[in-house]
Amino acid sequence: MLTLLPLFTVVVLAVVGYRLGRRRAAALASRGAPRALHSLPSYHGSYVALWSAIPALAIALAWLVAAPHVIESMVVDALPDDLRALPAGELDVLMNEIKNLADGYVARAPSPAVQAATDLTNRLRGISAAGVAAVALALASLGLLFGRRRLVPDLRARNKVETAVTAAMLGCSTLAVITTFGIMLSLLFEAIRFFHVVPLGDFLFGLQWSPQTALRADQAGSSGAFGAVPLIVGTLLVTVVALLVAGPIGLMAAIYMANYARPRVRATIKPILEILAGIPTVVYAFFAVLTVAPLFRDVGARLGLDVASESALAAGVVMGIMIIPFISSLSDDVMNAVPRAMRDGALALGSTTSEMIREVVLPAALPGIVGAFMLAFSRAVGETMIVVMAAGLAANLTVNPLDAVTTVTVQIVTLLVGDQEFDSPKTLSAFALGLLLFTVTLALNVIALGIVKRYREKYD
Amino acid sequence: MTDVLARDLARARNPAVAARRAHRRRAAEARFRAASVAGTAVALLTLVVLLVALVGQGLDGLRATRVALDVAFDAATVDPDGTGDPAVIAKADFNALVKEALRARFPDVTTRQDRKRLNGLVSSGALYELRDMLLDDPGVIGTTQRVWLPASDDVDQFAKGHIDRAASEAERRVSDQEIAWLDALEADEALQTRFSRIFFTAGDSREPELAGIRGALVGSLLTMAVTAIIAFPLGVATAIYLEEFAPRNRWTDLIEVNINNLAAVPSIVFGLLGLAIFLNVVGLPRSAPLVGGLVLALMSLPVIIIAGRAALTAVPPSIREAARGVGASPLQVVAHHVLPLAMPGILTGTIIAMARALGETAPLLMIGMVAFVVDVPTGPMDAATVLPVQIYLWADSPERAFVGKTAAAIVVLLGFLITMNGVAVYLRRRFEVKW
Repeated sequence: MLTLLPLFTVVVLAVVGYRLGRRRAAALASRGAPRALHSLPSYHGSYVALWSAIPALAIALAWLVAAPHVIESMVVDALPDDLRALPAGELDVLMNEIKNLADGYVARAPSPAVQAATDLTNRLRGISAAGVAAVALALASLGLLFGRRRLVPDLRARNKVETAVTAAMLGCSTLAVITTFGIMLSLLFEAIRFFHVVPLGDFLFGLQWSPQTALRADQAGSSGAFGAVPLIVGTLLVTVVALLVAGPIGLMAAIYMANYARPRVRATIKPILEILAGIPTVVYAFFAVLTVAPLFRDVGARLGLDVASESALAAGVVMGIMIIPFISSLSDDVMNAVPRAMRDGALALGSTTSEMIREVVLPAALPGIVGAFMLAFSRAVGETMIVVMAAGLAANLTVNPLDAVTTVTVQIVTLLVGDQEFDSPKTLSAFALGLLLFTVTLALNVIALGIVKRYREKYD
Repeated sequence: MTDVLARDLARARNPAVAARRAHRRRAAEARFRAASVAGTAVALLTLVVLLVALVGQGLDGLRATRVALDVAFDAATVDPDGTGDPAVIAKADFNALVKEALRARFPDVTTRQDRKRLNGLVSSGALYELRDMLLDDPGVIGTTQRVWLPASDDVDQFAKGHIDRAASEAERRVSDQEIAWLDALEADEALQTRFSRIFFTAGDSREPELAGIRGALVGSLLTMAVTAIIAFPLGVATAIYLEEFAPRNRWTDLIEVNINNLAAVPSIVFGLLGLAIFLNVVGLPRSAPLVGGLVLALMSLPVIIIAGRAALTAVPPSIREAARGVGASPLQVVAHHVLPLAMPGILTGTIIAMARALGETAPLLMIGMVAFVVDVPTGPMDAATVLPVQIYLWADSPERAFVGKTAAAIVVLLGFLITMNGVAVYLRRRFEVKW
């Protein structure tokens, strides 16, 4: 709550600034008559409020970001010499303990030196919190006074306020770019650390995946194997099953909606099918585990086939159901974009509706349909919950859909859920997998969106 | 050459051949059409099967079995000194009361082992209900009351018919002896399966009969609040900037390409981003709705931006020109005219994005919202879990009783999603303007 105090102060002062500015502007207007104001009084108010809020918030934010680091280095400086001489790793552990103690989590009775450091941390934190509140208050007040003094009838308050607002919106719009770079940098950074331990070639072409590094160096399998091929094959297997289910169903549904269905039927069916895409994936996963997997196992047993209880088939089929609307809705859109004249031409030459669809509509819409399939493919590759729950953990290198396989996303989840030490290759490998996933889906999306877009422009 | 052509032509004009060909083509047409209808039907049917299977199971999970017992609120056990002090009553041995009541109901059970089994019929949560009952009304001390107490999960499963009576004793979780007791209770009308409030008032628990979704629900609400507070203003500001103000140059092209691609990035990658940036660099706490909300906000932003831009484009240029004509500045044009007209569309897109975020699980696993949290969270910094993650956790539990709970939680989640989408559809229908 204490961190919110400066924010609250600044907001209150900004509101005060707005009212003062508006009143001042109104006074100027009546005094300086007949010279009217350039801008409405409310813009003068906003102008003062901005002067009051922006510098104060910027400084307070910078302070809040920097303060923990400054406090930490001050506490380290104040530690007794024998503790400061510790190796970097142990010093980090010690500092973490001190921070936890200062946060109020007491694990064990601290030594006097640690206790002293904790007290110092607490004291510094108190000073910092008071300091940031004071600075924010001072800056906000100064900004308010400064802004108010600049109010003259001629002031182009509206233009200035609008420039600020536009700049703020520009800032918001860069967030998308920042997010993309944040994703790429965080994945790259951790993945590069991973590739220092495991060479890129071993990762991309290794045939064995067993990330469990042993606790002791002499234990069997302590090295850990990080060959991603079984995961990639597993992912592709599940995805191919999904596309084999969703492809025909989705495409036939799209053909029906775009060519046969009356407009009202189409307007009803399309949103209903899109419900399939709106159901949370964890629900599909539960459905797969509860209904589909046992069903396949029983049917398999009756046919004399050995179906694993966590088979790629069950996960793939359920994932296929999920991506039906991706294929059906997008394909329906592109088929609808095929010009009426082309259909009429085919019909006028005497073709039946199905001949018209096969010979004219489908070839014309083919690029868009391919794009839809690629989007569905990328969606299936990145899908997590269904495979986490319905596919297995065992990294089998197999193309038999009746076996249990594991996927890239499953491994990311298993590696990162629960307690983790952040520097082990095991944890870092999850980021390498994430980078792989991100790159592949990004490439697929760029190509697919490009195809769909170019195709759409052709007939517009 | 011409002979061949003439022959073909003659053949083609032969009425019998032409009729056969027409027949063949019509059959192909019918087949193709049937296939397209079948594809649609299969897709619709799977949806129906999915929903029916889940709702059926979910209704089962919303009900719980209770056992009626005549509990003697013996003053010597509850409040030996007659203080009437709630602090003393709260510490009393309510377990003993339950055991005593069971012993009174089945006096012929004598061996230690049988008695233990008998006590196992009633859930360990029964004592909290008795405690709350006494704290509400200390007047019942010294009397004997007929109280409906929650049954254990095995009894619950048996009463719902999920345990096969005909199976051999070793194969079922309820012994013959227990079945005899339950039949006796049933004959007394002292065994009842009905709608259970516990599911909505309790947090998570290791005991299926005591587990509820309150904690996950509150966690979801907190997370969604953070997501909405961050994603909505940022998304709307971005959409307005790109649609109304941005110059056409390489920078805005880059932003556009970025947004379109971000919308298709797998959600788990956002989880990795949250883990690497929010937890490891910024140092925010694990499992907190604040971090979950931030991650989901980044994930929803592209969806909101795309929907917002579509809504803004739909406002005709004449509105803007008229406003400019009477002297409004560019920002006033947007703030006073374009944005209010586009708002229903923007809200629709936002609600749909929020519905998607509400059902999202994978990125939240990355930032540690999978912890077993019993307490209901009170703020965005508390450890919490959300509905979909709760579903995941319960679905992974080995007890059969959690299947019903999972399905019931899914029904609640789907209820929220359907409501949100319903609101979105209503907004679109109600406020949509055809220019």
